[in-house]
Amino acid sequence: MSAAAGALMGRRGRRPPSLWVVPPLLVLGLLFFYPLALILRESLTGGVHAASLAGYAAVFDFALFRNALLHTIGIALGASAGSLILGFVLALILSFIPFPGSWIVSRLIDTFIALPTFLVALAFTFIYGSAGVLNESVMQFLHLPLPPIDFLYSAWGVILAEVTVYTPFVLRPLLASFSLIETAQIEIASSLGAGAWRIIRSIIVPAAIPALLAGGSLCLLLTVNEFGIVLFIGAKGVITLPLLVYDKAVQEFDYPTACVIAMVNIVLSLGLYSLYRLVLSRFGGRGAGLV
Amino acid sequence: MSPEAVTDGARAAAGVASSVTEAAGGIDMQDVTVAYRATVALHHLTLAIAPGEIMAVIGPSGSGKTTALRSVAGFVRPTGGRIHIGGRDVTDLPPYARSIGMVVQNYALFPHMRAEENVGFGPRARGVAEPLVRGRVRDCLAMVGMSAYARRFPRELSGGQQQRVAIARALAIRPDVLLLDEPLSALDAQIRRSMLDELARLHRELPSLTVLYVTHDQTEALTLADRIAIMRDGRLMALGPSKALYRDPPNRFAAEFLGRANLLPVRLESAGVDGLARVRFGTLGVLARAHPALSSGQACLLCVRPHDMSLDDGAAQNAIAGVVQSVQWQGELHSITLEAEGRTLRLVSTPLRAPPEPGSWCTARFAAEDATLIAEDAAGA
Repeated sequence: MSAAAGALMGRRGRRPPSLWVVPPLLVLGLLFFYPLALILRESLTGGVHAASLAGYAAVFDFALFRNALLHTIGIALGASAGSLILGFVLALILSFIPFPGSWIVSRLIDTFIALPTFLVALAFTFIYGSAGVLNESVMQFLHLPLPPIDFLYSAWGVILAEVTVYTPFVLRPLLASFSLIETAQIEIASSLGAGAWRIIRSIIVPAAIPALLAGGSLCLLLTVNEFGIVLFIGAKGVITLPLLVYDKAVQEFDYPTACVIAMVNIVLSLGLYSLYRLVLSRFGGRGAGLV
Repeated sequence: MSPEAVTDGARAAAGVASSVTEAAGGIDMQDVTVAYRATVALHHLTLAIAPGEIMAVIGPSGSGKTTALRSVAGFVRPTGGRIHIGGRDVTDLPPYARSIGMVVQNYALFPHMRAEENVGFGPRARGVAEPLVRGRVRDCLAMVGMSAYARRFPRELSGGQQQRVAIARALAIRPDVLLLDEPLSALDAQIRRSMLDELARLHRELPSLTVLYVTHDQTEALTLADRIAIMRDGRLMALGPSKALYRDPPNRFAAEFLGRANLLPVRLESAGVDGLARVRFGTLGVLARAHPALSSGQACLLCVRPHDMSLDDGAAQNAIAGVVQSVQWQGELHSITLEAEGRTLRLVSTPLRAPPEPGSWCTARFAAEDATLIAEDAAGA
């Protein structure tokens, strides 16, 4: 035990150290594991039956569920990939291409993290919606009878909105990571004959692996479970697992089915998260000390 | 660094030197000025470095020495003047087109690459065929005595070993010019001495390689360089062959920066007898080497290095009596300060059996041939 911890404990230091695990476990148990256990029990028993996987079998037979599962995976992967790419490019520009005001841009991007996600969806409807600024302008300019831009009400609209919202979650750790790369390394690489692309590929990307891992993991978890953006955009035929849980639990009062879908959603979140970390650490973690 | 590795380097160097560098080219900086908005970091620097020469640029922090090196490397664009490497105007060329190898203070090795990958980075970036790259990597690592460490990551190497890999990496592209930016500053004193010897050996093996060596350490400069340039406030204060510059500093700044010096205010009484001049230091008459630009009656500075002074009570000429202020034993030498004629003199000697006591009187002597006159109003005074 460190001296600081010892000082913090004071007279209570005589208590067995293992007892200090109780408070955090108690909080976790009450606020996380107990509700999770209730959901798991509900998903297995349906509230009245003995535990079985019948509820799961029924849900997997349900076409809407399979559709929601595919949409959830597709949107999460698409939005995470988009956030990683956009975040990486923006971080490169902000870190390595000095321009006046880059500090302000960096701070502005930070404010995105603080905004509620539905605000972006709302802003998108004002810009790209059927009655939005863009459609109005194009219709007026080209004398079109119908709005020509309608991607917003599809999975692409949801992905674009999620990319906009979650890019800062990738950008922030990347900026921190890039700030640790020695300028001398890039200069030396340049003097040795490396062009910009080789420098990015050979020097910058390997240094950014931990940040990509952190930002990408966060993005993936958040996008798998994103609810507000999908609901607010109201894309036709785009149902995701969180939205389906909401439908079943709140609108149809079908709690057993909602619990089954929620459990699948949790497994999906953790599965994608683990897979992402595994893949990234296998293929890029050598220099980052991840493997 | 193991002795085996050093031997490996020395043995291998002889055989592979010719395969590491082929070309040779000097550096010619003509009236180069570098300014960052209103701040001028380099004032009209003109400096020519011959092919195969080692030029050390020394100066205090902010003197412009690193700016000069970075302008040669292509990382800083001059606002005026031209830079030639090997007779080719490189002023507007990017760093990779200048045929330079560069080593910096903190090594800047790529942390996720093994030593051999670091060394092979340059040739691969330049599109050299893979079998040739492997050959060059092998040769360059052997030259710096690091063959046994080829598979190690930088984090698995000591500071000195990392610096050797950085040097091998710079040499692997077969540069005309090697730029060294305070390469030994991050090393401890013992490793630094060893690396100095290694650098000297390396240049003996690669005599055609032109080296621009930036440092704030006068010992490194004096040990390695053929010529030394001393800078202050972005300007060249002194330039010359190392020994000549040390022996005959052209101004006060050069005398004080390159080694320690006793600088005493004197007045020239008579000049030009057997190359010696008589000057007056307080109430004492002293002989020194004559200075062609000084005339009788002119005030100037008498420069005597501390190690050129000795304690000698029986001396008749160039003997300055004073009160001992302090005596410091520093292992290999004694450092003694005297106060004479209202000035402080410092002298060093090999360890004395009976050093003088502080407060006692003693006499310091120096040979006229070891005393230099510096014009009081010379630049840098």
